[in-house]
Amino acid sequence: MRRYLGLLFRYRGREGTIAWAFHRISGVGVWLFVILHVIDIYLIGGNPAAYDELLAFYASPVGRVMEVLLGAALLYHALNGMRIIIIDLWPAMTVHHRKVWWANWIIFFGLGIPGAAIILLPLYRDQLDGLLRTLGVS
Amino acid sequence: MRVSPRSSGRIKPSGRGTEVAIWYLMRVTGVLLFVMALAHFSILHFIWDPAEQTSEFVTRERWNNLFWRAYDWTLLMLVLFHSFVGMRTVILDYIHGARARVIIMSSMWILAGILFVIGSLVVFTLPGLET
Ligand code: HEM
Repeated sequence: MRRYLGLLFRYRGREGTIAWAFHRISGVGVWLFVILHVIDIYLIGGNPAAYDELLAFYASPVGRVMEVLLGAALLYHALNGMRIIIIDLWPAMTVHHRKVWWANWIIFFGLGIPGAAIILLPLYRDQLDGLLRTLGVS
Repeated sequence: MRVSPRSSGRIKPSGRGTEVAIWYLMRVTGVLLFVMALAHFSILHFIWDPAEQTSEFVTRERWNNLFWRAYDWTLLMLVLFHSFVGMRTVILDYIHGARARVIIMSSMWILAGILFVIGSLVVFTLPGLET
């Protein structure tokens, strides 16, 4: 196991190591979900009742937390992938690689936090409504 | 895989062979996925909610439309190519035995083939397309 962890982190550098390891982990993670997702969509034709049951799980609290993790993996991989492409094809950007890296995280949280709030809304909608009512807003 | 200290991506292989083509195709499909996969996620997770997405909903609301069928099939092709070729890099990095590589990579291509077939089948044959 240590040997494999060592392999995962064998590329040394600071932001670079983290960027690379996260890119790999998120890529493999989203790939695993894609396998499940092609199968679940296939069920719409093959076995709609089974599809509906699985979707009910996706909409459950546990399902929604997993949905947020999936979205985070996809968003990180997408942003970091664009960062790799930009720096590889436009080497002059290397001077600004730190800024690009931090800009990535600003976009990640800037889009990710509101996104997670929307996905998780059904878990706290009652509390939110209650709060708005006591404040006299609605 | 050799990693670039600048971008933390794979270093572009030298020459003009398959490996260079793969390097470019990962980037081309990556840019297309950036637009198409993020749009797909945003539409189905922010605009719609999984609680609404019954099989009935997909048939009536999404796949009644040729545009979305074509969109979803294109996305399927892009993601199968990008993720399976990406996984090939990952596997070649960790699996070194020649026999193990052949076994694992053959299983991977079979899995990709199955997903290609069942994914295409349902997009092309599910009834409900309004023309
Ligand atoms: C959304 C936009 C996406 C962009 C911009 C993107 C970009 C990239 C790039 C540029 C690479 C190559 C890195 C390199 O050669 O060093 C890569 C690798 C990879 N991508 Fe993506 N990708 C995207 C979506 C996806 C999706 C949806 C999946 C999974 C279903 C995925 C799975 C992978 C895998 C498994 C790798 C290999 C990782 C590695 O070698 O460590 N990607 N991606």
